[in-house]
Amino acid sequence: MIGIAASLPVIPTFGGAPSSYACERANRLFCSGWISQNWSTVLWPALRQHVLLSLVAVAIGFAISFVLALLAYRWHRLERPVILVSGILYTLPSLALFEILVTVKPLGLSARTAEVALVSYTLLILFRNIVTGLRAVPDDVKEAARGMGMTERQCLWRVEIPLALPSIIAGLRIATVTVIALATVAAYICDEGLGVPIFAAIQDGVFKTELIAAGGLAVVLAIVADGLLVLVQRALTPWARGRRLGAAR
Amino acid sequence: MPVPHTARSEGSSGFAPAAPLELRSVTKRYPGQAVPAIAELSLEVPAGEVCVLVGPSGSGKTTAMRLINRMIELSSGDILLGGRSVLQRRPDELRREIGYVIQQIGLFPHHTVGENVATVPRLLGWERARIAHRVDELLELVGLDPQEMRGRYPAQLSGGQQQRVGVARALAADPPLMLMDEPFGAIDPINRERLQDEFLRLQATVRKTIVFVTHDIDEAIKMGDRIAILREGGVLAQYAAPAELLSRPADDFVAQFVGADRGLKRLTLATLADVELIEPNGLSPSARRVPLRTTVRDALSMILTAGGSPLTVVDDQGQVTGLVTLELVGGLLGKDGALAEPDGPAGGGGDGGA
Repeated sequence: MIGIAASLPVIPTFGGAPSSYACERANRLFCSGWISQNWSTVLWPALRQHVLLSLVAVAIGFAISFVLALLAYRWHRLERPVILVSGILYTLPSLALFEILVTVKPLGLSARTAEVALVSYTLLILFRNIVTGLRAVPDDVKEAARGMGMTERQCLWRVEIPLALPSIIAGLRIATVTVIALATVAAYICDEGLGVPIFAAIQDGVFKTELIAAGGLAVVLAIVADGLLVLVQRALTPWARGRRLGAAR
Repeated sequence: MPVPHTARSEGSSGFAPAAPLELRSVTKRYPGQAVPAIAELSLEVPAGEVCVLVGPSGSGKTTAMRLINRMIELSSGDILLGGRSVLQRRPDELRREIGYVIQQIGLFPHHTVGENVATVPRLLGWERARIAHRVDELLELVGLDPQEMRGRYPAQLSGGQQQRVGVARALAADPPLMLMDEPFGAIDPINRERLQDEFLRLQATVRKTIVFVTHDIDEAIKMGDRIAILREGGVLAQYAAPAELLSRPADDFVAQFVGADRGLKRLTLATLADVELIEPNGLSPSARRVPLRTTVRDALSMILTAGGSPLTVVDDQGQVTGLVTLELVGGLLGKDGALAEPDGPAGGGGDGGA
């Protein structure tokens, strides 16, 4: 681990390092005093950066996947190659991918590089879920839509996409949680996100509070984001609840 | 947004006049198949009548129906709706003018009942208030309480309720023509009969031109003003009113298709109100009473069940109007009987004993 870190040109350093806390000197596992003192200078900015990093990655990933999914839904033959490429991207180890991308000319050591890597991990999940959702729309519903005089576009936006929403949002949930977790690794190549205090703690080697606090924040962030998406789904697909209600009767 | 000219312009109450439909030598060939799916099919459906397409599987009855609203494009021939060729229309605009009911119903699961019924009016750009009014009117028409049903999702309805919503949705923009593909096919027999009766009552009110596809000859006889029997390869075997089909099948195929009991089936076309009953004078009225609206076939069945003893027929007020006996029913089907010829009292009648 240290070998890899040493080979990198830039390892960010962090504010909270030298400290006079008794608990820190005593090398206790968790030091709440450190958190309150460093919240506004270390943890809060890292959290904000982390949210932004993840949000941008999921948004861009969704935009790309959505377009690709619509194309693959229309032209079946596109599906296999897209699955293949996004599948390969998905299986690449994240550290390796970050390192490779750093060597690409216009990217280098920047948040942009991190975004490219993060986006590439969302593609497979989102693409698959959108296509699966669209394919699962019942034929009789599409037949009725067409038979009542909807154009292809109206059928897509008014019937097929709304009916695919549960599957689409399920994909967004997985992608979001994945990205929030992976974004901590982005600190290897850019000075942003909750990965920054985590790496600082790893480098420091002794003091663990920073690592636990930042890691814990990443977990809480993932849970909160997932919960928010569940609420979004409930708001957007009230009919899906109705179905369960109906089935229960 | 200007109201498209395809929108029905009259108010939401009252029904637009139905349009006549004409199929002229309609042929459908699928590439790579030697035999056409539909061959030179010609038939006319007068405005406001129910034309039932019936035949064994592979006879192309659903294909023929789907050619009308251009869900499938025909290979040659022409189809005229209200005197105008459907080929000159944009398919989506044409379809908004043609009600469409399919066996699987195909309600939109993500739309409420009200939104489902509002589908075509929305596509036509009707005003909000007019749509809301129309939705309630239609739900009432098909026997659903608007207050209770409007906001429900399809998954919260029974099969029969879903089917009613499907019919309401098809009627929403007051189309001059309705296409119905085995609309009651997925409903259990008891509810199916209820829905059929309801549908006939509804049709008596709205008087649409209707093309109705079924594989069930009994349903065809009950629902149709005219029945087109198709044989394999989409060839028209006979196109006639139910009574004529039953009394004068054009060939062996039709005779076999309508069944060996076609004499009995003819009895379903008339009710006791259509036949001359025996005066009750001098005969002791039997205890078994049946209403005037009973079909002759049901009356026959009851007589046979009772060991051949006659029934007393009463009108809606409970007044005895006459007797019906086994001999009377037998005579109806005989050479000079009232039901022997298609031009008898039952001929041409569309109400099929409902």
